[in-house]
Amino acid sequence: MKSLRFYAILYLIFLYAPIALLPVFAFNDATIIAFPLTGFTTQWFTELPQIPALIDSVKNSLYIAVITALLSTLLGICASRAAAKYTFPLKKPIMGFIMVPLVLPEIIVAVSLLVILLQLGLSLGAWTVIMGHVLICTPFCIAILNSAFQNLDPSLEEAAIDLGESTWSTFRLITLPLVSPAIISALLISFTISLDEFIIAFFLTGTEPTLPVYLWSQLRFPARIPVVMALGTILVAGSVVLLIIAEIMRRRGLRRAGLKDSGGFL
Amino acid sequence: MLDQVSGVRAPLAGLLNTESKKGLALIGVPFGYVILMLAVPLAAILLISFWTQDFQTFDTTPTLNNYREAVTDPLYRELLFRSIRIAGLVTLVTVLLAFPIAYFISFHVAPSRKSLWLFLITIPFWTSYLIRVFLWKVILGFNGVLNSGLQGIGIIEEPLTFILYNANAVVITLAHAFAPFAILPIFVALEKIDRSLLEASQDLGETKLSTFFRVTLPLAMPGVVAAVLIVFIPTIGDYVTPRLVGGPDGLMIANMIQVQFLRLNNAPMGATLAVIAMLSVSFIALIFVALNHRFLRGPR
Repeated sequence: MKSLRFYAILYLIFLYAPIALLPVFAFNDATIIAFPLTGFTTQWFTELPQIPALIDSVKNSLYIAVITALLSTLLGICASRAAAKYTFPLKKPIMGFIMVPLVLPEIIVAVSLLVILLQLGLSLGAWTVIMGHVLICTPFCIAILNSAFQNLDPSLEEAAIDLGESTWSTFRLITLPLVSPAIISALLISFTISLDEFIIAFFLTGTEPTLPVYLWSQLRFPARIPVVMALGTILVAGSVVLLIIAEIMRRRGLRRAGLKDSGGFL
Repeated sequence: MLDQVSGVRAPLAGLLNTESKKGLALIGVPFGYVILMLAVPLAAILLISFWTQDFQTFDTTPTLNNYREAVTDPLYRELLFRSIRIAGLVTLVTVLLAFPIAYFISFHVAPSRKSLWLFLITIPFWTSYLIRVFLWKVILGFNGVLNSGLQGIGIIEEPLTFILYNANAVVITLAHAFAPFAILPIFVALEKIDRSLLEASQDLGETKLSTFFRVTLPLAMPGVVAAVLIVFIPTIGDYVTPRLVGGPDGLMIANMIQVQFLRLNNAPMGATLAVIAMLSVSFIALIFVALNHRFLRGPR
């Protein structure tokens, strides 16, 4: 099985090659992105805070990502709780339909929302991007939250109710603390997806670009590429940190529920 | 269970038990959101595809002209067929590359380290898609990292042209982008396989190779089918990759949809192309699922 392990390592190199090159060129002092490297510089990083349009797009993206994370996690909690605790008619088709945005091409989501918003005469802006982002983030939140709610031992809640707690206080004092790691993990994942999402933002953002839309506009100018590389390095580093926190939270949640780890997010 | 009991006592749909009502009330929130933000807009796209653009407004007389144009215009036809071809090729490459990885993690990695491997595989997927695609452009381009690197070492004299701004570059980039989507479902299917079945097969005289093809692979097929669908459906509508690394011959249907909506200001034509793309995807997906019906019915 040596050859399989060798293949796995090659595959990991293939997966990591692009993002591994990012910092290499972000610290290289040539404006052309090619080997051989010419010298070390932090110039591209120091240029970043001096671009007002960039700062605005970052603020806009953070605002959108925070609201998206909160709303889609809330919708995810409703759906996973309903799926885990109750039986109701048409449960499978309803759950399936909520998960559809996971596989639908994003451009379809984007243009269909654009058409309806323009027909209703609504102006495009941060909120229209949030509408689209919540739609595509909710299935990911459900995927994470589902296992947490399903693994919940119902006798714990029953015990709390038998001991005189109300339904709401049981949820707040018993259920919520048990699933909180999964909730934090869902918040972080949806935040990351929203922050990185391009197509929906591209169609629905109007005059205030999000960070990916701003990046897209910069890719046309070869002179701006090193700065883009520096920005990309920061973004990727940020995403990786958030993901590691999300993963630690997910594992803590599994331990709290007394289960063994069965794999990743999806 | 509860449902069945209440179903016997109160066959009328309006008399649901309280548990069902609570469940419906709770699921109603996200379900309502999806109806409002997805089902209604998709219906609107379908409706508009039968309209025509009349300068700044829509001519709302229903007509099939857009569909006629989409089917007869060689440009639209070429883009659609190319999108299907590229998405198919991406799916094939991605799933073939992914299967050994999923197999390796499921069968040859110690259980305590499996989640670490899965985490390692998903990390690149969560980093900015735009940046990753752009980096492939940087890697594969004419003066790119690969060509300048290989020329620098002296392995090649001229830049490699077969990966330069064409459909191959699109396939490589998308195979990279969708890797975890293919690995995870196959891994889940492999994990479900009862290992004693494999022992039984070998005890009964099958070789390791024939055990793989006659036991492991058929049992893993539901995962493979899921992986194929989950890669094929979104790739057909990809916009960024064809635009950045595709060159003129690598453009796909999503690029044309964007042009119709944002540049040519012809939303009805864009809507028509979107509907046709969705229909083709669903059609191909359904055929594929039907062909694999045998594997999908397997024991749960």
